[in-house]
Amino acid sequence: MQSLRARLFAILLITTGLLWLSATVWIFLSTRAEVERVLDARLMEAARMVNSLIVSPDMMKEEGDTHANRPAQSAIRIPLLEHPHYDRQLSCQIWSLDGTLIGKSDSAPDTTLAPHAMGFSETVINGETWRVFAVENASLGVRVLVGDNLRIRDRLVNDLVKGLLLPALLIIPLLAVLIWLCVGRGLAPLRKLAGDLAAREASDLHAIEDTGTTREISPVLKSLNGLFARVAGAREREQNFIAFAAHELRTPLAGLKTQAQVALASNDGEIREKALGQIVAGVDRTGKLVRQLLDIASVEATESGRPAAGFDVGEMLTSLRTELAGQARRVDVVVDGAMSGLRINMDPDLFRLAARNLLENAINHSPPGAMVSCHAEIRGQHLVIAIDDEGPGIPEEEMPRVTERFFRGRFKAAAGSGLGLSIVERALDRTGAELELRNRPTGGLSARIVLSQALAP
Amino acid sequence: MRVLIVEDDDILRDGLKVGLALAGFTTDAVGTCDAAATALAANGFDAVVLDLMLPDGSGLDILRDLRARQSDIPVLLLTARDTVRDRVAGLDTGADDYLGKPFDLDEVAARLRALARRSSGRASAALEWSTLRLDPARQSVEQAGKPVQLSRREYSILHTLMSHPGVIFSKTKLEDKLYGWQEEIESNAVEVHIHHLRNKLGPGLIETIRGIGYRLGGAG
Repeated sequence: MQSLRARLFAILLITTGLLWLSATVWIFLSTRAEVERVLDARLMEAARMVNSLIVSPDMMKEEGDTHANRPAQSAIRIPLLEHPHYDRQLSCQIWSLDGTLIGKSDSAPDTTLAPHAMGFSETVINGETWRVFAVENASLGVRVLVGDNLRIRDRLVNDLVKGLLLPALLIIPLLAVLIWLCVGRGLAPLRKLAGDLAAREASDLHAIEDTGTTREISPVLKSLNGLFARVAGAREREQNFIAFAAHELRTPLAGLKTQAQVALASNDGEIREKALGQIVAGVDRTGKLVRQLLDIASVEATESGRPAAGFDVGEMLTSLRTELAGQARRVDVVVDGAMSGLRINMDPDLFRLAARNLLENAINHSPPGAMVSCHAEIRGQHLVIAIDDEGPGIPEEEMPRVTERFFRGRFKAAAGSGLGLSIVERALDRTGAELELRNRPTGGLSARIVLSQALAP
Repeated sequence: MRVLIVEDDDILRDGLKVGLALAGFTTDAVGTCDAAATALAANGFDAVVLDLMLPDGSGLDILRDLRARQSDIPVLLLTARDTVRDRVAGLDTGADDYLGKPFDLDEVAARLRALARRSSGRASAALEWSTLRLDPARQSVEQAGKPVQLSRREYSILHTLMSHPGVIFSKTKLEDKLYGWQEEIESNAVEVHIHHLRNKLGPGLIETIRGIGYRLGGAG
C-alpha cells in the first residue's frame, strides 16, 4: 500500500530538487558567459594598458638596443598577496614585429601566445589552453599579447558554482525534513477522518459531520455519507423485513398451536380429526408463506439492472404449469402454443417468480373446471404476456390496494397469504417490466406482464 | 358465557372457536370488521376476542366504536404486534387485556374467565350460591362438597344464572347464551335443560317467574 504522505513527499522533493538543479545549471551557464565577458574585457584592457605604457618609441628603442630581455628580467617585483587559486592569472608578452620576444611576465610561457596580429584567439601551449588578446603597435614595431590560462578561468567559474551548490546540498536535507512535516500537517484532516472512521462502531451509520474539513476532503466525505445512507437504508429494509417476517409468521403459528391444543383437549374423534386436518392445511400455508417471504427477501436483495438473459417464455410457462399441476387439480392451465419460441431478454429468475405467483393466484381463484389461459400479444411498443382466469376478479375499489403486502381482498383464496401480487410487482419492477391487472369483461381477472420493446427483441 | 371471536386467519379462527367451546364458552367467530360490527350490534356477548389486523380495517376501530357506544363488554386483544407501544395503544383504546401471538389456548380461556369475573365485580374465581359451587376454570359443579355431573348446556345455563344472582333471564336470553349462530336451537330446549337441572340440584334452585323467565331461587 502506498503512503500518500511518502508519495507527496517524494513528488515535492524531486520537483524542488529539479528546480534547484535547473536553476544551478542556468546560473552556471550565465555566470560562465558573464565571467568570460568580464575576463575578455580585462584581457583587452590589460593589453591596451601595456601598449600605452610603451608608447614612447625612445624608451623602446633604448632598451631594445641594450638588452632584449631586460625589461622582463629587471621588472620590479611587486609582492602579491598569496592566492594560490587565482595566482598568475594574466600573462603578458611583448614581441617585436620581426619576431623576437622583447619582454614577458613571470607566468608567461616562452613561446608565442598567439600567432596572429590582432584580436582574440585561443592557443594550446604545453597542453594548456590560453585565451589571448593581441594588440599590434605598428608605430613602435611591437605586438603586445595578454593571455589568460583557461584552466584558471574554469576554476573560477567552478568555484562560483560550487559556492552555489554547497549551500543547496546542505539545505536539501533540511528542506526534506520541512516538506515531510508540512505534508504531514497538510494531511491532518485526512488522518482525522481515518481516525474517526476507525473509531466507529459497525452499527454506527450516521453521516460524518462536514464541519471545518477541507474542500478536497469534502467530496470524499459526501461520498462516504452517501454510502452510509445507502447501507443504512439497506440495513433498515433488512430489519423491517425480518420484523415483518417474524410478525407475519405469528398468526399462522398461533393457528397451528390452537388447533394442536384443540386436538389434544378433545375426546371427540370428529373434532380431533378436523383439528388435525386444519394443522396439515396450516403447515402447508405456513410453508408457502415462508417460501414467499424468502422470495421477497431474494427480490429485495437482487440489485436492479442485473444482466438480463434471453429465454423462451413459452417454455418457462409450460414448465411452471407442470410444477403447479399439483395445486391446479381441477383447473385447466393452457399455455398458448404461439408463445413457444418467443424469446425475451430479462432476468429469468425474476420473471419466473412473477409468472409463478400470477399463475398460482389464477389457479387459487378459479372455480373447479375453469380455465387459466396464458398468451402473448403485441400492443404498440410493448409485448404483453397475459394470464387470464375465470375467477371472481378484483372489485374495482380494491384494485389500488391489491399489490400491498398482506392485503387480502374480499375474494381471497383459502391458500393466499396476501403476498403474491406484492412479490410480482417488486420482481417486475426490478426487471423494468410492469404489472397490469384488469377485470375481464367476461368475468375473471387478466394479469398482464407488460414489457417494453427493449426487453422483447 | 358467550364470546365473539374476531380473527381473519381461517385456521386460527376455527381453532379458537372450537377450542374455547371445549373450554365451556359459547363461541361465535367472524373474520372482518363489518361482520364484527353487525354481530356486536346484536349484543348478547359476554366478551370479545379481537385481532388487530383485519382485511377491512383495524380491530382498534371496532374497539373504539364499542367504547364510544358506552359498551363495557370485556375485550381481549390478540395480536402479532406486541411491542410495548402496541400494548399501550390497545389498552388505552379500551381493551381489557392483551395477548401476543402465538398464545396458549388455555391462557386465552383463563383470561376470558378473569375478564368476565372482573366485569361482574366478583373477586373469587368460583361462583357460589347457597351450598352450590361452580368452578368455571374446571367447568365443575359441586353441591355441599359433592361433585355433580352436568351436560354442557346445563352447565352453561347454571353458569349464566349464577354469574348474575337475582337477575331474571328470559328464555330467549338464555338461548342466546347457549347457542352460537350456526347451531340449531331445539324448541323447548331451555325448559328441558332446566328440568334436568332441577332434578340434579333440587327443585328449589331455579325459580320460574311466569311470563318473564328464570332466576336463582332460595337464599344466596
